[in-house]
Amino acid sequence: MKYVDEFRDGHLARGLARSLATLARDDREYRFMEFCGGHTHAISRYGLEDLLPPNIRMIHGPGCPVCVLPVGRIDAAIALARHPKVTLCTYADLMRVPASGGMSLIKAKAAGADIRMVYSTLDAIRIAEAEPSREVVFFAIGFETTTPPTALAIRLAAQKQLSNFSVFCNHVLTPAAMRAILAGEGEGVEIDGFVGPSHVSAVIGVRPYQFAAEHFNKPIVIAGFEPLDVMQSILMLVRQLNEGRCEVENQYGRAVTTEGNVKAQAEVADIFELRDSFEWRGLGEVPASALRLREAYADYDAERRFGVTTPCAKDNPACECGAILRGAKRPHDCKLFGTVCTPETPMGSCMVSSEGACAAQWTYRRFDTQRVAS
Amino acid sequence: MDLSPLRHAEGCVVTKTYRRKLDMSGRVDLSHGAGGRAMAQLIADIFHVALDNDWLRQGNDQSVFEAPKGRMAMTTDAFVVSPLFFPGGDIGSLAVHGAVNDIAMSGSRPLYLSASFIIEEGFPLADLARIAESMGAASRAAGVPVITGDTKVVERGKADGVFITTTGVGVVPEGLDLSGDKARPGDVLLVSGSIGDHGVAVMSKRENLEFDCEILSDSAALHGLVADMVAAAGAALRLMRDPTRGGLAATLNEIAQQSRVGFRIEEAAIPVKPEVAAACELLGLDPLNVANEGKLIAVVAPEAAPALLEAMRAHPLGCDAAIIGAAVEDERRFVQMTSSFGGARIVDWLAGEQLPRIC
Repeated sequence: MKYVDEFRDGHLARGLARSLATLARDDREYRFMEFCGGHTHAISRYGLEDLLPPNIRMIHGPGCPVCVLPVGRIDAAIALARHPKVTLCTYADLMRVPASGGMSLIKAKAAGADIRMVYSTLDAIRIAEAEPSREVVFFAIGFETTTPPTALAIRLAAQKQLSNFSVFCNHVLTPAAMRAILAGEGEGVEIDGFVGPSHVSAVIGVRPYQFAAEHFNKPIVIAGFEPLDVMQSILMLVRQLNEGRCEVENQYGRAVTTEGNVKAQAEVADIFELRDSFEWRGLGEVPASALRLREAYADYDAERRFGVTTPCAKDNPACECGAILRGAKRPHDCKLFGTVCTPETPMGSCMVSSEGACAAQWTYRRFDTQRVAS
Repeated sequence: MDLSPLRHAEGCVVTKTYRRKLDMSGRVDLSHGAGGRAMAQLIADIFHVALDNDWLRQGNDQSVFEAPKGRMAMTTDAFVVSPLFFPGGDIGSLAVHGAVNDIAMSGSRPLYLSASFIIEEGFPLADLARIAESMGAASRAAGVPVITGDTKVVERGKADGVFITTTGVGVVPEGLDLSGDKARPGDVLLVSGSIGDHGVAVMSKRENLEFDCEILSDSAALHGLVADMVAAAGAALRLMRDPTRGGLAATLNEIAQQSRVGFRIEEAAIPVKPEVAAACELLGLDPLNVANEGKLIAVVAPEAAPALLEAMRAHPLGCDAAIIGAAVEDERRFVQMTSSFGGARIVDWLAGEQLPRIC
C-alpha cells in the first residue's frame, strides 16, 4: 500500500522506541490520553504499548462517536425506525449498540423495522429518491470528520427538493469534550498531554485545541493514525514535557493545516448550529458540545419533523465507562469487564464499538488482564 | 420445438410430446417448483444438462453408488452469497468447492455431491443456467459428480435470488485421523497462500460498496493439494481446515478451543496481497477476519513441517504457502500475534458481523 507501508515500518518503530526509552526521564511518569478511538485501535492492533517504556502510560479517551452516544438517543432512533412510514439509514457500527430493554437497531430490524445500513450519506439520498413513498431518515453521528458529508446530504436534498429526506442529527464536537475532561481533572484523572485526533483537525484545523495548552497547560500533538504517527507523536509529547513547553503541535502535516478545511467549515456553519448542551455517554451533559440543524433547514430535521424526544435512559450502575472515558479508571478496573460485558454482550459504551477502550483491551490485549477459565 | 428424447427428472416422466424449449430469456415462476411439467423441464433443461452424469441420467429420487471400504466423511453446507456472481467465481462453483473442501479437510478423497436449490420467484432463467453450468464445470474439474438434487421455488421476497445447499461424501485414507482436537504445543502452523482474497472480491461487487479491485476470489477445490500434503506428511498431519467465514482468526480460535492449546502467529509471515490489505484498510476490516474459499491451514508435527511446506509449494494451489506460527501451551486458549512492530496482541473471534467503521 503506497503511502501506508511507510508508516508501518517495524524497523523505524523500534528506532522510535529506543529514542523514547532514552528521552523518557526515570524520575517521572508520562500519562497521555489518546482522545480518539482510531488511535486506541492502532495502539492495540500493533501492540505499541509493548514498545513504550513502563513510565509512559496511554489513557484511552472518549474518542469514539458510537461509544459516547447516550442510550436515550438510540432509543429515540429505534422509536423513529418503528414508525410505519420511516426508513432509517445508519452507519453499520451503530447497529449493535445496546439500547434500553435489551433492544438495539439490529434487533429492531429483525423485528420488522425498516433499518438499512449505508456506507455514505449519499446512499440515503439515493434511497429517498428511489422510494418517494418512504420517509427516509439518516441517523447522523460522528465527530467533526463526518459532519461535512451530512451537511452535503442536506444541501443535496434541498437542491433536489426532496421532501421525504431528513437527518436525525447526533454530531458532536471534540474540543468541548476535551474541555469537559480537563475541567474534571483532579477527580482521579491525571493527564500530562493529549494525542489529538488528526481526522478532526483535517476539518477544523489545530486552533480549536489551543485552549488546552493555554488554559490547562496540557501539550497536544495532532497525530496521524498509522502506528509510526502515534509513536512519533508520543515522542513529541515527551520532548515538550522534558523541555517545559506546552504547545499544540501538528505531527500530521501531510494532511492537517493550521486552518483546516475552510470550505467544509463554512458548509457546516451554514447548515448546523450549536446545541446549548448534549449528553455524552460516560461524560454526562457537556455544554456546547453538539450540533443541530439551523432553522433554515428545519424541513430536513427529523427531530422537528417527527417530534423526537430523547427518553431518559440509564446505563448499568455497575458500569465504569464514565470513569474509563475520562481516564480515571482502566477497563480491567470495571468488575463487568470480561465477565458479563464483552463485545458480544456489551453493557457499557466502551465495549460497544470496536474502537472503545474496553473493546480494544478485550479484543487485542486481554492476556494482560484477564484469565479465562479453561 | 425440440423433439429430442427427454430424460426423467425427479421421478416425473416427460414425453417428447410436451417438449418445448425452455425460454432462457424468461424467469423462474412458482410453477417451476410445483412438481409438475414445468419443474421437470427446468430440471431437465438446466440442471441435468449442466451437471450431466450416469447417476442423474437414471432420474431417480436418489442415487445408488458403490461404497468403498473404509471410513466415510460427510459434510453439508448452505451457500447464500451476495452477489451471486463475483470476480473469480459464482455461487455455483462455490457450492461445489465448499463441499469438496470440507470433505478434503479430513484428508478424505471426495466422492459424490448432492445439491439443493432454493430459487426465488422471478429469478432469470439465464442466470440460473449460468450458475448450473458453473457448478457442472467445477464438479467435472474436481472429478466429484453431483449425483442427486432437489429444487424448490419460493415466492418473491422470500429468498435472495438463489440459495444452494450441497452435501458431500468422501472416503478417508487408511491410517489418517485428522481432527480439530489434535493440535499439540510445539506443532507447526501453515497456511496454503494469501488470505482474504475471496471476501474482498465479493465485497468489491456488493451493492453500495462497489470499488475498483483486481482481486479475484480464491474459490477452488483443494483436494488435490490435500492429497499431496497427505502423501508428504502422512500421520504427522494433525489437522487441516479451510478458513472460510470468519477467516483465519475464527478458524484458529476454533482449533485452539478444540485442542485446548494457544497459537502464536507472526504477522509478517502471513501472506496478504497488497490489494487485499489496501481494501481492508479502506473498509476498516482486518484481513484475518475476511473469508477465504480456496485456502487451508494445516497443523503438523514439527519434524514434518519442512517436507509439508515443500509439498504445498510444489502444488499450484499452495505455491505461496508459509509457516505462520505454532501451537503453544495456554490454558486460556488465546491466539496471539506478534505484530510487524514486535508488539503482541490477541487475534480474536469477530464480535457479530464484520461491519465497516465510520471513521
